[in-house]
Amino acid sequence: MQPKPEPGTAPMTADADGAEKPAEAGLTHAVGARALREGAAPAEMPATCLEVRKLNLYYGDKRALNDINMTIPEKQVTAFFGPSGCGKSTLLRCFNRMNDLIDDVHIDGEILLEGQNIYARGINVAQLRRRVGMVFQKPNPFPKSVYENVAYGLRIQGVNSRRVLDKAVERALRGAALWEEVKDRVHDNALGLSGGQQQRLVIARAIAVEPEVLLLDEPASALDPISTLKIEELIYELKKDYTIVIVTHNMQQAARVSDYTAFMYMGDLIEFGETRTLFTTPRRKQTEDYITGRYG
Amino acid sequence: MKDETPQDRGTGAWLRSGLPWIWLTAGTVSFSLIMVFGLLILITLRGMGHFWPQGVVELTLDNGERVLGELSDSETVTAARVRSLGIEVPEGQELVDRYLIKTGNRDVNGTDFRWVTAVHVAGTRHPEPVFVAEREEWGNFYGYVEGLEENGEAVASGDDPWPEIAARLERTQALRERIEHIEKDRMGSVNYELEHLRLRTRELELENAPADHPGYAAIAADRAALDARYETLAAELGALYEQIGRDTLIARTTTGDVRKLPFAKLVRVFQPNTMGLGAKLVHYVDKAAEFVTDEPREANTEGGVFPAIFGTVLMVLLMSVFVTPFGVIAAVYLREYAQQGTVTRIIRIAVNNLAGVPSVVYGVFGLGFFVYFIGGSLDALFYPEALPAPTFGTPGLLWSSLTLALLTVPVVIVATEEGLSRIPRSIREGSLALGATKAETLWRTVLPMATPAMMTGLILAVARAAGEVAPLMMVGVVKLAPSLPLDGNFPYLHLDRKFMHLGFHIYDVGFQSPNVEAARPLVYATSLLLVIIIITLNLAAITIRNRLREKYNAAEA
Repeated sequence: MQPKPEPGTAPMTADADGAEKPAEAGLTHAVGARALREGAAPAEMPATCLEVRKLNLYYGDKRALNDINMTIPEKQVTAFFGPSGCGKSTLLRCFNRMNDLIDDVHIDGEILLEGQNIYARGINVAQLRRRVGMVFQKPNPFPKSVYENVAYGLRIQGVNSRRVLDKAVERALRGAALWEEVKDRVHDNALGLSGGQQQRLVIARAIAVEPEVLLLDEPASALDPISTLKIEELIYELKKDYTIVIVTHNMQQAARVSDYTAFMYMGDLIEFGETRTLFTTPRRKQTEDYITGRYG
Repeated sequence: MKDETPQDRGTGAWLRSGLPWIWLTAGTVSFSLIMVFGLLILITLRGMGHFWPQGVVELTLDNGERVLGELSDSETVTAARVRSLGIEVPEGQELVDRYLIKTGNRDVNGTDFRWVTAVHVAGTRHPEPVFVAEREEWGNFYGYVEGLEENGEAVASGDDPWPEIAARLERTQALRERIEHIEKDRMGSVNYELEHLRLRTRELELENAPADHPGYAAIAADRAALDARYETLAAELGALYEQIGRDTLIARTTTGDVRKLPFAKLVRVFQPNTMGLGAKLVHYVDKAAEFVTDEPREANTEGGVFPAIFGTVLMVLLMSVFVTPFGVIAAVYLREYAQQGTVTRIIRIAVNNLAGVPSVVYGVFGLGFFVYFIGGSLDALFYPEALPAPTFGTPGLLWSSLTLALLTVPVVIVATEEGLSRIPRSIREGSLALGATKAETLWRTVLPMATPAMMTGLILAVARAAGEVAPLMMVGVVKLAPSLPLDGNFPYLHLDRKFMHLGFHIYDVGFQSPNVEAARPLVYATSLLLVIIIITLNLAAITIRNRLREKYNAAEA
């Protein structure tokens, strides 16, 4: 991966801020701590969509996420990367409370979605998941028709009008760049599609309910290079309408698709900043070592 | 291969090569297959052969006696045994052949079968004019036609009486059908309604209604109408009975006795020794069709088994209706909602062990719990007017299906749980991530995908339930049910009625029948039918399952 040009022109100059008060910010969450301290984002920085505050996650007694603090900007692509087991998927699954399904998981800290703590009491989790959609590593279409897959989320919300559904399905499939390929067989079983098509179908299914945030958990890792390319192009298109958070263990992909990048290691958020900056002039030695291939 | 050790040669090498293992496993499979197919072939041959018209043989014995009948079996026994029965056998002979002849004519001889020792047979012939008559009572008749009578007067029938006999038999059979229709259907429904009126009267009495209660008047009016209908039917019936009794067949047995066989009692008359292959085939198909579609006669040893087929299938279907939702709901709770821990593990072990409880124990439980406790309570609450005659407090179709549902519910639970656990986590997460609640995920995605597994459970349940006999003997099966549990009288499906069952029918015909020799082929035929029905039910379920599997193939992948 060639470092991208124009270092330092990024709106969010994490280097300077982070370096100012390293002791106070701690080693592991420099950027997040800064954002927390400063409250409102600087004028150049897009509005905040998700804000993570002092998030700790435990599997039983084992701590998997350590004091994560970060702000995820609205209508941008934010990538999490790091070696396997670093906690990036776990963190992602905190945003739509998918970790609730796992026994023995204990979470403290806060995640604010537009100012509201999603871990507060009385939060309707199903409602939350409609606002925060998710696409998984392996395509997981339901064994139903393409149409029913896309309409699933809407049907759950009680939409049954054929006319409304037809429109929404077409819009979602177009949005996921799949319409042209499947328009003649929307009533065929979705399991007949190719892996790449299935993954785009799953994205269509997620955007059909018009969420605010789209979480992508290594969406291209099970796909061939061409399908990967298509998904990456799609991500570029989707960020016009959605805040996207993507997990990848592939640095090049993070560099290609994202506006902001977080590097995680062993449950710590090592560094978070504008993608170009992070890849060209990382502030942390760990980040530099990892992206130059010295470890990990 | 220079360093060849002694173990590399001979039996040691052969053992290590794995060949004996292949032989052993393949041999075991072959053995099982041979056993299964041997069984099927045996019951098929014995069962299907029963309907083929046998030739009739006339044996002349050395003492001048004549024996007429079908050769039904032959065996070789020691001479000593035959001598001990008081039959003379030439000195020096060790072994004796003897034949079992189905002589019929139980009204003449007292028995249907007779052993004849081969050494005493002086002559054998197959007389052409001999005929066989299947009768409604007294078993088959073997003999020769003497003449015909109409209203007690002889009818001249020329040289060949057979066209005349066939015509008259046809007429009688048409009349018999009309009689049956009146007796079973029309009079049956009048009786059914009369019984209802009796119960309504009793109900009013229990309520201490005053004598001038309008209910009584209504009942009296209804009863008068029904009585009038009954009278009409009875008159019609009387006329029909007079007509059907018109003709009589005069027949002579081989020993010279002359018998009068009323046409009203004849089911089928044929001359087996003159029948060609075509006629025999027609006869065969006719008999087989009668077996499948007709009701039994003569203590179940003749006629058909239709009520038993009907009862078996209906009971299995009802059982499926009860067991599927119950088992599936229990499995859903155990797998999806219950906290996985010691308690659920114990419950699972208990459920699995339930499948191992002997079925007769379920019968006892069904009798005690369903019939006496629940049925008795239902009677006391809802049918006090019928007491002391029980309505549901007696063995019946409902209790049989419930008992068998209880017997098979572990199978459905285990299979459904298995299916639920095989559904990939990613599918559930995909649904939840779209904002579905757990219940919505379950209903819209997980349960539909688990339907093939549920069907597997149901297939196993049906296979087990259809073959059960022991518990049914206690909770609802009888050897002869007067009416089917499904008929034209409201509410059409009579869950309180007793019913017939093929499995029990086999036991009854084979072991409880007064005429075991005559019934034996019927046991094979009934067994074959039971196997065919179970296979059909299973094939139907398997077809449905495969369709579902195709639809949800991801779940099985």
